[in-house]
Amino acid sequence: MQQLLNGLFVGSIYALFAIGFTLVFGILDRLNLAHPSVFAASAFIGIELVEVAGLPWWAALPAVAVVGGVLGLVVERVAFRPLKGRADAHFAGLISSIALGGMIIALLQWRYGPDTRRFPAGTFPDGQLELLGARFTILQAAILVISVVLMVALAWLVARSRLGRAMRAVAENPTAARVLGVDVDRVTATTFAISAALGAVAGALFAMNVNSAQLGMGSAIELKGLAVIIVGGMGSLPGALVGGLLLGVAEVLAVQYIGSSWRDLVAFALLFGLLILRPQGIFGSRRLREV
Amino acid sequence: MLTVRDLDVRYGRVHAVRGLSLDVPDGGLVTLVGANGAGKSSVINAISGVVRPAGGSVTYDGRDITRRPAHRLVKAGLVQVPEGRQILATLTVDENLRLAGWHSGPGRIGEVYERFRVLAERRDLPAGSLSGGEQQMLAIGRALVAGPRLVLLDEPSMGLAPRIVDEVFRVITEIRDAGTAVLLVEQNARRALAAADHGYVLAGGEVVRSGPAGELLEDEAVVRAYLG
Repeated sequence: MQQLLNGLFVGSIYALFAIGFTLVFGILDRLNLAHPSVFAASAFIGIELVEVAGLPWWAALPAVAVVGGVLGLVVERVAFRPLKGRADAHFAGLISSIALGGMIIALLQWRYGPDTRRFPAGTFPDGQLELLGARFTILQAAILVISVVLMVALAWLVARSRLGRAMRAVAENPTAARVLGVDVDRVTATTFAISAALGAVAGALFAMNVNSAQLGMGSAIELKGLAVIIVGGMGSLPGALVGGLLLGVAEVLAVQYIGSSWRDLVAFALLFGLLILRPQGIFGSRRLREV
Repeated sequence: MLTVRDLDVRYGRVHAVRGLSLDVPDGGLVTLVGANGAGKSSVINAISGVVRPAGGSVTYDGRDITRRPAHRLVKAGLVQVPEGRQILATLTVDENLRLAGWHSGPGRIGEVYERFRVLAERRDLPAGSLSGGEQQMLAIGRALVAGPRLVLLDEPSMGLAPRIVDEVFRVITEIRDAGTAVLLVEQNARRALAAADHGYVLAGGEVVRSGPAGELLEDEAVVRAYLG
C-alpha cells in the first residue's frame, strides 16, 4: 500500500506532464519538444517565487501556471506558427521546438548556474498523514490532489466548454472549424498555453516532491512523458493519465523489490510489454488524432 | 451585397481562377456553374477567406474583405457551407450547431431543429453517424445558426439521392425567400440555374457567360457547350 501510494504521487506528476504533451499532439498533430524545458524552467521559477518573493509554496503554483502559460504562447509563436504553412511543418516544428527548449535551458543556466537548487528550509509543512497503514506527507497528498483536480478540470474543459468544442473541432478538421467561425490560430495558441501551464505546474510539483531543481530535469522526464503518451494512446487524455500513473507505480515497485538501478529498465520494459499487447496504446484507436 | 472584381487564385503554378468578376445583390440567389475543375470551389474559398487570392478584390456590404480571415467574415454574416459538407464527425449534432454559433450564440439552434426535425431527433449522436442527406442538412443548419446575411453554398447536392437533392434545393430557395443572399456553386447546372435569379458559367477559371439564370438555361449554345 505504501509503495502503491508513493507510485501514485510520482505518477500523478508524470501524468500531468504527459497530459500537457498529449494535448498539443492531439489537437495539432505536433510534438512540442520545448515542453520539458518549460517543465524545468517552472521548477526554478517556483523556487525563486518562494525564496525571493516570499510566496508560500501553494501560492507559488498559480503564479508558475501563469508563467508557464506565457512560455507556451512564446513556444507556439516562435517555434510553431511561422512553420505552419510548410509541407514538413510536423518535422520542422519538432526541430524548432528542440532548439527553443535548448535556448530556455541556456537562459536558466545563465540565470541560476549549473548547480541544483532547493526550496528554502521550512517551505513545506512537516505533518504526516496515514491511510490504511501507509504514511505520507501533507505535501505528497497535496501533489496528488492538485494533479487530479487539474486533470479533471482539463477533461471538463475539453468535453463540455465552448473552448473545448473548438479544440476538438480543430483537432478533427481545422478548415471546417475555420469556416464555422472559429479563430483557429487563437485556439491553437490557447491550447499551447494550457498545455504549458500544466507542464509548468508539473515541474514545480516535481521540484517540491524531491525538493530540488536541476537543469537536466526536463530531459529526464521527456522520455518518460513520450513513453506515457505512446502507451496511453497518442493524443488521448485518459491514456496520459493512466499511463503516467502506471509508470509511477512501476518505477516505485521496481526500486522497492528489485533495486534502484533497475528502475528505468523495469518501468520501460513494462511499457514495451503493454505496447506489444496493444500497439495503439491503452486508449488509442486506429484513428490517431484524438483529443 | 457582394462584389468580386478581377479575382485571381493560384496554387503554385496552377492558375485556378483568372480575372473573375461577379455580383450578388441583397437577397439574391446567384449561381456559379461549370464542369468539375472549372475553379468554382476556388472562387468560393477565396471569397470566404479560406484561400488567399493572388489578385483582385472582394467587397462585402461596401467593405473590402479581400484576404480577411474566414472567422472574421463569419462574424460579419458571410457564411460558407463547404464542399463535401465538412461535418465534424466526432462531435455530436448539437455540438456542431453550437460551434456554428461561435460568434452569434446558440439562439438560432431551436429554429434549425424546428426546420430539420431529423437533426433534433439525433442531436446527441455523433454527426458522423448521419446519412449523407442528413449531414447536408446539418451543414446548412450550421450556416443558419451563424445568422448569415450571405450564404456561400459549395456543391450542396453532390453525392445525394435525387429525393434529397429536391429537399436541398427547396431549403436553398427558402433561405433566399427569407431575405438571405445566396451564392450557389453547383455542378448540377440545370437545377442550379432553375433555382437562381442570375447565373455565371465558369470554364478554365474564367467566366465565359453570365446573365439571368432563365436565359442561360434556354441558351442552346450554353447548354450544348457547358451544361451537357
